[in-house]
Amino acid sequence: MESEARTTVQSASGALAHLGFDQSSRPPAGAPGLRSSVVGAPSAVTGEMLADLRRSESDLRRFLHGLPGVDQVGAEARAASLGTRSIKTSAKLWALEMAVSMVDLTTLEGADTPGKVLSLCAKARRPDPGDASVPPVAAVCIYPDLVTVAKRALVGSGVKVASVATAFPSGRASLAVKLADVRDAVVAGADEVDMVIDRGAFLSGRYGLVLEEVQAVKEACGQAHLKVILETGELATYDNVRRAGYLAMVGGADFIKTSTGKVSPAATLPVALVMLEAVRDFAELTGALVGVKVAGGIRSAKDAIRYLVIVNETVGEAWLDPSLFRFGASSLLNDLLRQRSKQLSGVYAGSEDFSIE
Amino acid sequence: MTKSYPDHKSEGAAGAELARRDDATEARKRADAPGQPSPVEESGQLVAADRPDQVAFEYAPAPESRSVVHLQPSYGLFIDGAFVEPVDGNAYKTENPATEEVLAEIAAAGLEDVDRAVEVAGRAQKEVWGPMPGAERAKYLFRVARIMQERSRELAVLESLDNGKPIRESRDVDVPLAAAHFFYYAGWADKLDYAGFGPHPAPIGVAGQVIPWNFPLMMAAWKLAPALAAGNTCVLKPASTTPLSALLLAEIIQQADLPPGVVNVITGAGSLAGAALVAHPGIDKVAFTGSTEVGKDLQRALAGTGKHLTLELGGKAANIVFEDAPLDQAIEGIVNGIFFNQGEVCCAGSRLLVQESIADTVVERLKRRLATLRVGDPLDKNTDLGAINNAAQLEKIRELSDAGEAEGAIRWSPSCTLPSKGYWFAPTVFTNVSQVHRIAQEEIFGPVLSVLTFRTPEEAVAKANNTVYGLSAGVWTEKGSRILWMAGQLRAGVVWANSFNRFDPTSPFGGYRESGFGREGGRQGLGAYLDV
Repeated sequence: MESEARTTVQSASGALAHLGFDQSSRPPAGAPGLRSSVVGAPSAVTGEMLADLRRSESDLRRFLHGLPGVDQVGAEARAASLGTRSIKTSAKLWALEMAVSMVDLTTLEGADTPGKVLSLCAKARRPDPGDASVPPVAAVCIYPDLVTVAKRALVGSGVKVASVATAFPSGRASLAVKLADVRDAVVAGADEVDMVIDRGAFLSGRYGLVLEEVQAVKEACGQAHLKVILETGELATYDNVRRAGYLAMVGGADFIKTSTGKVSPAATLPVALVMLEAVRDFAELTGALVGVKVAGGIRSAKDAIRYLVIVNETVGEAWLDPSLFRFGASSLLNDLLRQRSKQLSGVYAGSEDFSIE
Repeated sequence: MTKSYPDHKSEGAAGAELARRDDATEARKRADAPGQPSPVEESGQLVAADRPDQVAFEYAPAPESRSVVHLQPSYGLFIDGAFVEPVDGNAYKTENPATEEVLAEIAAAGLEDVDRAVEVAGRAQKEVWGPMPGAERAKYLFRVARIMQERSRELAVLESLDNGKPIRESRDVDVPLAAAHFFYYAGWADKLDYAGFGPHPAPIGVAGQVIPWNFPLMMAAWKLAPALAAGNTCVLKPASTTPLSALLLAEIIQQADLPPGVVNVITGAGSLAGAALVAHPGIDKVAFTGSTEVGKDLQRALAGTGKHLTLELGGKAANIVFEDAPLDQAIEGIVNGIFFNQGEVCCAGSRLLVQESIADTVVERLKRRLATLRVGDPLDKNTDLGAINNAAQLEKIRELSDAGEAEGAIRWSPSCTLPSKGYWFAPTVFTNVSQVHRIAQEEIFGPVLSVLTFRTPEEAVAKANNTVYGLSAGVWTEKGSRILWMAGQLRAGVVWANSFNRFDPTSPFGGYRESGFGREGGRQGLGAYLDV
């Protein structure tokens, strides 16, 4: 028993060592490629380390609490400073189109109907009917019971169907119910599943429980991509955001996502910064590239571009791709289209020129 | 303008493109196995293939408009509330250090001009400004502060033009802080009795103030605002390479209707106008910010004259990073500490003292971060690092950096293209630096960081204090008790905890030992201009 306990302690410190306190597995600094955003190759012992974290809750806790802290003032100052970047002309056009292709066009209301979802899907396929050069959005994000409707409407479009699940948005249900929710969505054809973590378990320190749920949901997802919603507005501190982000990634998340959109504050620039730093460090640690989705409260193109700047200067251009960065939003898309047409024509279109779903 | 955008996405292929991108994701994931090429490089190529016209998020030029600034071909001296031609002086040219373009012709004050400025300042102090109730003086200062805010864009552009600093900094730091100093000290003007210097503290008289070129407007505000609030009048001598923002401030002072003679600005060389000003018998108080060398000369010259003196001189600050530091923010703090204002900051964190256990990680992450620094046109709103202010300074930075290499330290800079005209120096990091090296001892005053290591908190303190300077220091750790202990041990006027280069008018700023004496900012800054 005793020797076993010692081994787990050692492996936890090994995990820490790989989090940037050990240079042995690194290529020489300044290696070429993408402004050296990710400066590590996957280490052979990484898989073992991750397995240890998944096996032992005490290892996991030690690992999460051993992560470097986040200074609130510094993180917010950095995010604010990046928020002053001035993106103009060709760069703006590029960013607007990139942002369109990263939108998870969302409707998550009790009043959702097949009709509403169908109109959203039409918008997703061709956001600007007057301009075929506008890319389709990345996905449509809906409740599980409407997945079949969306799936049918999006056939052949390349637009994914993302379904929230696991007793969204509160997550207050048994694991069995949550998994049934996920299976429902997957059987109906969801390409992506947006789950919520158990914030109650996280805040009371039951990290093992949170991890097990993520793993179980990942398994239930099968081929579907898993986005794990941290609901950062309820986690309150940046240290918690970073820990919850790691927890989700260790559990197998393909994406970590800020918010349900049902809790305020939802996505903020500093929260996105901390999550992007987490995925960058996780990539350095394990070689796996995990995506980030910011959701809730992002309504203007200007805000969207600020997020893209943070992505660009924190993790680099690998993440400037819909497969690794998404906006969960409903009204954002029309502002992106409006600003795009302004860039091309020089004049603002009226709000009636863009469809309202 | 809008016609020239490349149509970077082919029509109708969007769906297929998305599918391709998914394949790209799969390829990335497959490439994650050990021994494969770096996944990021791989994806970089794939993304590039997707977007033949623009492969990355390249920020287009975003220049701040120069049109807000109305440069005059030549500027006179600001004496007795008016711009006048020098009586016995001549003229010189001030240039834009980013392009070497001549901006304007500037008057170089002669001895008679200095005499006249000091004389009108003396009269204004005795007859108008000194006797005026504090509440009235406050009104003028509030007015100056408000006009500075109203004309902030003009001030920022002019500052960047003349100094070479990025517009992002002049706009977000220099100008707002300068206005904030006027607001802050305006509030003190009618409350001097309660400032802790006893009842009815008296002004000293006429202040001769000589300021440097690194923060031309902010230094002018730091000097003028407390002096005026306390009832002194001023003769300000801006640095010869950066006179324009002080002259615009003089125009603002004129606009605010300050009584003539309360503030006078004389331009010209430090060796002539500056030296004559501080030596003038009509000056009661000398405030100088600049090099330690000149500060020493000044103190010698003023010995026995009875003049009050405050000096804010050089520095070689230690930025101390412990192994339990908030790492991402510490990296930002290191960058901000030494690359803010091209490192031309007396309190710059030019010595990084990093705990040996995390030294490699910190250096690696620092280099990764520096690769994203944007060096170039100071007027571009996305520029992080601008031009070095003048040729002599650039030469000094080069000389000390070469000495660093010669002494065996390892030199590194991110790849960046520097403009061919103007005074430019790439951000530079030296590792393998020892305490004995010149780059660990001498103030470089440029974008050059020396990285040293330590093992224990005691060793960090010993190394940080092992300098002739004592202006500032930074401590990065998540342990609050250690921050407090370090702050008590470090012989520096300012100790920043988990931050660096943060300024506030309410906080006193100043040095120990060869960094000078006296404090600027806060209640203490007021004391420097009162006869207490």
